[in-house]
Amino acid sequence: MIGIEHYVVVSSIIFVIGVLGIFLNRKNIIIILMAIELILLSVNLNLVAFSAYLGDLTGQIFAMFVLTVAAAEAAIGLAILVIYFRNRGTIAVDDVNRMKG
Amino acid sequence: MTVFAFYLFAALMIASAAFTIFARNPVHSVLWLILAFFNAAGLMVIVGAEFLAMLLVVVYVGAVAVLFLFVVMMLNIDYAEMRAGFMKNAPLGVAVAVILLAELVLGVGAYRAGALDLGTPDGSAAPLVGESNIESIGALLYGQYLFLFEVAGIILLVAMIGAIVLTHRGNTNPRGMQDIGKQNRRRPEEATRNVKPEIGQGVEL
Repeated sequence: MIGIEHYVVVSSIIFVIGVLGIFLNRKNIIIILMAIELILLSVNLNLVAFSAYLGDLTGQIFAMFVLTVAAAEAAIGLAILVIYFRNRGTIAVDDVNRMKG
Repeated sequence: MTVFAFYLFAALMIASAAFTIFARNPVHSVLWLILAFFNAAGLMVIVGAEFLAMLLVVVYVGAVAVLFLFVVMMLNIDYAEMRAGFMKNAPLGVAVAVILLAELVLGVGAYRAGALDLGTPDGSAAPLVGESNIESIGALLYGQYLFLFEVAGIILLVAMIGAIVLTHRGNTNPRGMQDIGKQNRRRPEEATRNVKPEIGQGVEL
């Protein structure tokens, strides 16, 4: 059987790629959302691997809840993106300063 | 054979994750993301979590990725302009990524050197003997975690209603919408009537 370290390393690499994606595509919020999905995927992979290696299914249940929250987050994020585009005609997140926050 | 499958899935997954963030066209990004999800599902199958793997394919590939694809294709955006700051942010991003990866791999090294103990589960959530993965998860999910399961359902409901409320435009039809209550409230007295008065007698209003 493959060691747990292999899974941890693979999910670390995916996590780091997700973080890098957020940094590199600062302007394109669609890619940022996809990078967040990648990060959540790596967390799920980690949870499932540890759950399987320790013989404890709690990790898989928790991965399911992470999946739920990720799906909800994607739906809300894309809805906000659509209304933002409808109002402003662009999705450049650099100049999101409407609320003067 | 398992080792070969693991390395195949892992390499494909890392490559497709990298292409997801580097692709010039967001449609290609979504397609690479789908490939990454499929490979993650493969990795989960190898480790024996079939239910989570199938859930990943159904939820992510079937719903989330298609949602992304819809949005990318629906919005008419100049993507070349979007990549303007790509190289400007690259040094900081790469530095953060390298440091983060070094730290994570350092943790794995510490585990390898024996400095970390993974601990032992108390056995309350152990897989059922002789049952499949999905049956064990079902027993746990509808027993110990029932309330959390229902809370997850409420989260999805709130997200669904929120997405609909956010993007709902209301009635934009210039002719207006049919108001059934208004139609039912109408009485003959307030309606116009067609009368045929005799000549010279006038009309009674």
